[in-house]
Amino acid sequence: MLGKLSWSAIPFDQPIPLVTGAVVLVVILGVLVWIVLAGHLPYLWREWITSVDHKRIGVMYTLLACVMLLRGFSDAIMMRAQQALAFHSNGFLPPEHYNQIFSAHGTIMIFFVAMPFVIGLMNLVVPLQLGVRDVAFPTLNSVGFWLTATGALLVNISLVVGEFARTGWLPYPPLSELTYSPGVGVDYYLWSLEISGVGTLVAGINLVTTVLKIRTRGMNYMRMPIFCWTTLASNLLIIAAFPILTATLAMLILDRYLGFHFFTNTGGGNVMMFMNLIWAWGHPEVYILVLPAFGIFSEVISTFSGKPLFGYRSMVLATMAICVISFMVWLHHFFTMGAGPNVNAIFGIASMIIAVPTGVKIYNWLFTMFAGRIRFTTPMMWSIGFMVTFIIGGLTGVLVAVPPADFLLHNSLFLVAHFHNVIIGGVLFGAFAGYTYWFPKAFGFRLHEGWGVASFWFWLIGFYVAFFPLYAVGFLGMTRRMQHYDVAEWKPWLDLASVGAGLVLAGIICQIMQLVVSIRRREELRDVTGDPWDGRSLEWATASPPPVFNFAFMPHVTSEDPYWAMKRRAQVEGDAKEPDYQPIEMPRNSPTGFVCAFFASVTGFALIWHIWWMAIVALIGAYATFVVFAWRDHDEYEIPAEEVARLDRANREARRELVTAAGSV
Amino acid sequence: MSDVELHHHAELAPGDEEQVSVKVRVLGYLIGLGLAVLLTAVSFFIAGTDLVWQPSIPVAIIVLAIAQMGVHLVFFLHITTDPDNSNNVLALAFGLLIVFLVIGGSLWIMANLNHNMLPMDQIMQMQR
Amino acid sequence: MSIAVAHGHDATLIGLDAEHAGPASKRIVTAYGFWIFILSDMVMFSCFFAAYAVLLGETNGGPSGAELFNLKNVAVETACLLLSSFVCGMASIAAEVRNHMWFQIAMAITCVLGLAFLAIEFHEFADLVARGAGPSRSAFLSAFFTLVGCHGLHVSGGILWLLTMMAQVFAKGFRADILRRFLCFALFWHALDIIWVAVFSVVYLLGSAV
Repeated sequence: MLGKLSWSAIPFDQPIPLVTGAVVLVVILGVLVWIVLAGHLPYLWREWITSVDHKRIGVMYTLLACVMLLRGFSDAIMMRAQQALAFHSNGFLPPEHYNQIFSAHGTIMIFFVAMPFVIGLMNLVVPLQLGVRDVAFPTLNSVGFWLTATGALLVNISLVVGEFARTGWLPYPPLSELTYSPGVGVDYYLWSLEISGVGTLVAGINLVTTVLKIRTRGMNYMRMPIFCWTTLASNLLIIAAFPILTATLAMLILDRYLGFHFFTNTGGGNVMMFMNLIWAWGHPEVYILVLPAFGIFSEVISTFSGKPLFGYRSMVLATMAICVISFMVWLHHFFTMGAGPNVNAIFGIASMIIAVPTGVKIYNWLFTMFAGRIRFTTPMMWSIGFMVTFIIGGLTGVLVAVPPADFLLHNSLFLVAHFHNVIIGGVLFGAFAGYTYWFPKAFGFRLHEGWGVASFWFWLIGFYVAFFPLYAVGFLGMTRRMQHYDVAEWKPWLDLASVGAGLVLAGIICQIMQLVVSIRRREELRDVTGDPWDGRSLEWATASPPPVFNFAFMPHVTSEDPYWAMKRRAQVEGDAKEPDYQPIEMPRNSPTGFVCAFFASVTGFALIWHIWWMAIVALIGAYATFVVFAWRDHDEYEIPAEEVARLDRANREARRELVTAAGSV
Repeated sequence: MSDVELHHHAELAPGDEEQVSVKVRVLGYLIGLGLAVLLTAVSFFIAGTDLVWQPSIPVAIIVLAIAQMGVHLVFFLHITTDPDNSNNVLALAFGLLIVFLVIGGSLWIMANLNHNMLPMDQIMQMQR
Repeated sequence: MSIAVAHGHDATLIGLDAEHAGPASKRIVTAYGFWIFILSDMVMFSCFFAAYAVLLGETNGGPSGAELFNLKNVAVETACLLLSSFVCGMASIAAEVRNHMWFQIAMAITCVLGLAFLAIEFHEFADLVARGAGPSRSAFLSAFFTLVGCHGLHVSGGILWLLTMMAQVFAKGFRADILRRFLCFALFWHALDIIWVAVFSVVYLLGSAV
């Protein structure tokens, strides 16, 4: 009846997951009960869960990312603690448990922190920057978010019902095949990613179509903000690469569920083919993550230097070059697998070439800052911290791009330090910069600056203290993922790394404090005009938060940095006269995304535990959801002209002061 | 500096064709069908015959397949080199680039890996 | 908020419109998004093709393609799909001129041809399994069943979609949003035939010519 599921799936004999799971469950239930009793459920359902508004969906993606950051980081703390303790000792985490922790850490950080964070920011900001009302496919956007949340849910359920994969964040065969991973761990991983992968693909299609087909009048390609260009490049990569992930994981699923022989040791399977295919996805994936971060830095640096971005055209070329070349380097993840010197050389050279357009971007950012009037706000601090940190990480990347060097450093802690260097220094710092920069736009009040600066310094110093020792210990021969070790030379470095993890923890606590304090003091921090930073692009032309329709009239753009031009013009010519307001049609909310994801969660859980009847019922439910959605007759609702006028007038009034103050530099 | 004039590029949705009469449309599909049938028949014939130089058969079949995919794209999907269609063609070109990189790259890499990483017993067998 | 200072910036550099006219129509947006989805699907199929090519020789002592493939069946399957693509094209024309009767007839014929294709393929698979040449026999067979089966699954999904479209047009007529969906369906159905061209050429014809 219930497949492989039984009471033994709950880890009664493992205190750590058991207690954690119990605590989290109590907290979640408590929050749910409070929501229902305080009467917030109708509001949540109407305004957030069934919302198809890109701004709301962007916020939910970002919220998911932040919550999962806490889970992923607690895995990291456990790993650091284990490695600090496990010298000539078994530490406190037995191998079966430790292996699940590092696998979950990587999986969660890449798929449920970094991806949702950048997708959330792109969703929130891109339609505003393009001067339009929403993305190309609003309901599909909601589906994409909820499917991603399903994936996150499944991974977290594995903590208390069953187990997680012990293979690392990429499930290499033969370890991930049934013979060596007979439990449900790898299945949790596979179904979670197959489902959330559909969500990601949907987001990719949405954003590419939006950037290419939905821009306001006059917004030619070469007038788009660079963040929109990097969104385009990143989402083109999503569309090109995620099908590879889907196919490869599907092959592993077929091996495990139906006895196929794609990657098995017997029957003619080819284990190496998995590595080849998974990294053909895996390399573009890291560029999917970092390109939006580059875009964020372009926006932030330009705004807080008070200058237009230097070298716009070369930035565009560099972005698209990275997009294309990122599909030509993937073998550098398995130089040591034996393809031979010729193949290794070609991919090694390509890997070094791809550093060039990134270098172009760094120089452009520096020249943007040069002779500018720089304001060292929190987003700007993150940007400067990024430039230093990412360059170092990129340099170590070029180092391991040299095949003979990589033969020594492959899968050592040097490699671990390298990729954390670029992902934290690049993607995470960018996400934090974007979070701070666009928070007022999303919520109508700024984040507290003091706590922001404090969190930045803890993160920056903490990162260096946590990861630079890992470079050293990698050179000293330490392999990654070690549950215990006997080499005395390594211990002081690993101890130092734990201190660094503690500093990062302090940084995270500062960020939580920042949020709490900002919410409590939101009236002082209120963004009255919608333009708290004296911005240059169109999102700052709206109120904070923008009305559901974004712009009363979609602006007519005639240059780069269109909002800057608008402010200049308003200074010279005075207030534009009030426009003739029209009613606006917006897409209706829909529960399709949430309901579909519900069925997807049930399907995934059922497939993991081999409860076949449940899987079939849930799949039928998912199909039925789409048919019901397709059958609706009214997909839009109208906002009356008076309502549009009321909302727009309020913002125009608030802005009058900003313009007459003539403070725009 | 005057306001730039509004130029509006006509744009076609992928799959849509220009506004023509029903007869012309049906004719288009018929031609496409005819060409596809022809190419398919030739493919099947070549695969089974002894009349063609054997080593050229794989190449011929692949060329015929690509030609037929082109027929489908033009006559059924209406993806042409018209300027109205350029966005659609660009997207297709990007997709084809990725397909080529994935298949070509994987084949090249796997061939090299397989060659270098043959299991010991098979190498021994080769050496006997 | 609709006036901005003109800023002499040469936007024709990339050869695109001098002045972007604004958001594209719903029909173009929908179809373009679906077109990109189809391209992503092609990338997925290319992975299965790559796996098939790599595992072609791994028969594990079992049968190879040449011993298993029945080219007559493949020819009939090809004819079914090709004709169904043509008939689907006729349905597109019927939708364009808003002719209900011809639309439903053409879609019904497309459905029948698609089902015929699936019936033959299912029969072929069942037959192979019965002969001990199922997907768990060897890596080659795993790759074959996956590649061809994935295409078959897409056709099955397409038939479900086709029936839903017939029902929608019947119930609500040629409404703009239904026509947009039908355009996407047509793209999907033609794309499946394109993939089949690759399948019958690379898998069956090349596999038999060996």
